[in-house]
Amino acid sequence: MSSPRTPGLSRDLLNEHTTSFADLVGRVSPELLPAQRSSTADLAPTATTIVALTTPDAVVMAGDRRATMGHTIAQRDIEKVFGADEYSLVGIAGSAGLSIEMVRLFRVELEHYEKLEGVSLSLDGKANRLSALIRGNLGLALQGFVVVPLLAGWDQDRAVARIFSYDATGGRYEESHFFAVGSGAPYARGALKKLYRPDFTVVDAVTAAVQSLVDAADDDAATGGPDLARRIFPVVWVASADGVRRVPDIEVGEAVDAVVSARRSRPDGPGAPLL
Amino acid sequence: MTVPFYVAPEQLMKDRADFARSGIARGRSVVALRYVDGICLVAENRSAALHKVSEIYDRIGFAAVGRYNEFENLRIAGIRHADLRGYSYDRRDVTARGLANAYAQLLGTIFSSGGEKPYEVELVVAEVGETPGGDQLYRITYDGSITDESDVAVIGGSADRIATTVAAGMKPTQSLGDAVRGAVTALSGAAALGVDALEVAVLDRTRSQARKFRRLSGPELTDLMAGPASPTKRKRSKAPELGSDATGSAVRAES
Repeated sequence: MSSPRTPGLSRDLLNEHTTSFADLVGRVSPELLPAQRSSTADLAPTATTIVALTTPDAVVMAGDRRATMGHTIAQRDIEKVFGADEYSLVGIAGSAGLSIEMVRLFRVELEHYEKLEGVSLSLDGKANRLSALIRGNLGLALQGFVVVPLLAGWDQDRAVARIFSYDATGGRYEESHFFAVGSGAPYARGALKKLYRPDFTVVDAVTAAVQSLVDAADDDAATGGPDLARRIFPVVWVASADGVRRVPDIEVGEAVDAVVSARRSRPDGPGAPLL
Repeated sequence: MTVPFYVAPEQLMKDRADFARSGIARGRSVVALRYVDGICLVAENRSAALHKVSEIYDRIGFAAVGRYNEFENLRIAGIRHADLRGYSYDRRDVTARGLANAYAQLLGTIFSSGGEKPYEVELVVAEVGETPGGDQLYRITYDGSITDESDVAVIGGSADRIATTVAAGMKPTQSLGDAVRGAVTALSGAAALGVDALEVAVLDRTRSQARKFRRLSGPELTDLMAGPASPTKRKRSKAPELGSDATGSAVRAES
């Protein structure tokens, strides 16, 4: 088989019959697949909390900026939420190196299909492809390198925002309204349970996402809170019928400042009615 | 005992070239030309589903004439080549020069090998640069020879005549409208070509997304062909252009 390093257009590329980029890489250059890579066991940093929540016409996904290695902070400004294509977002928790590599593969997978076929995959199709990529990582997951992504996107056929979560074996579960993954997820999900309203605007949803990440950072050592001194804020993306966009740091900063100043008087965040 | 029939190599190559050339000459032409914000690809194509012009990578477009199954195979192989290279190195490491060389090697090998018939195709590989100085246009013929064109590349049946017409009326600083109108005028025979007979795409360096390729069709193309006299509102210029079937209402433009 050829390798991509040989000059010229390989004949192998003419003889393949697949529209899947991941399958193509597996056949032509299997050593490039993230699942095939070996890694030094204890030295891989871990990425933590991702939240996603829907509004009537968009879905917002946000992630904190911390990566940890044991009890050390490996990176304080890592980015864990990405635009996967024009209409979908993917966020990653778990082993950082493998996860980011998997996102890279997933993005080419979607674009490759779209270019070959002339149409993009349905959102369910994208969700299923991501399942297959995670299942390919099962061997490493059993050794502790778990990749747990969260997929969210705008479904153009049904004109709704949807969220999908995954387990380490590639199991795919559609979530309604909101979801969180990663070590701080229980706290973030608890916060969203009290804060979420189905009629949120995008600005409301960004504020709720920041609230839930602050709550996660409050109780989970591996989740980083907003870094006010360095102005490092959560990465926030929005997917809607207009496509995906990253919310600029200035807007996220405004939401963070509002949340932090409100917590000066009530450090645990806004109170919810008892009944 | 039979004596093997001797054919001189010159004659053999000439026959193969004639065969490929006559196949290509039957097809309608495609024009690739520069405009101020990038490169514009214009084809006469009455099918909305079978493309002659398509996207290969972030900054790279592809145009072809000749036998559809052959250039479609080459298009797919090119996308695979580019995606593999970009995935194993970096997206910036995928270049039109590399891709054009790969196509040239493949076509050249097929042309000179006795076993297969030569491909009846001509290709254009175009890359839009960050600045106009970075724009590249390569024309690749059935025998694997590459020409590095400066402003205009034309492939297909009456390529020479069309190239002369387009080159006479253009400058690289022209607007997109002027580029499209110039190309369409040159492609049109006795009757002017309408919007539904055209396939137009641009590699637009001003596009904010990493993928600079965008198809122009329907009302947007009608506006462009109508010229600056009519108020051109460039709606949907930010909307993502996925796939192809955005043809919408096929309005015939009288220009």
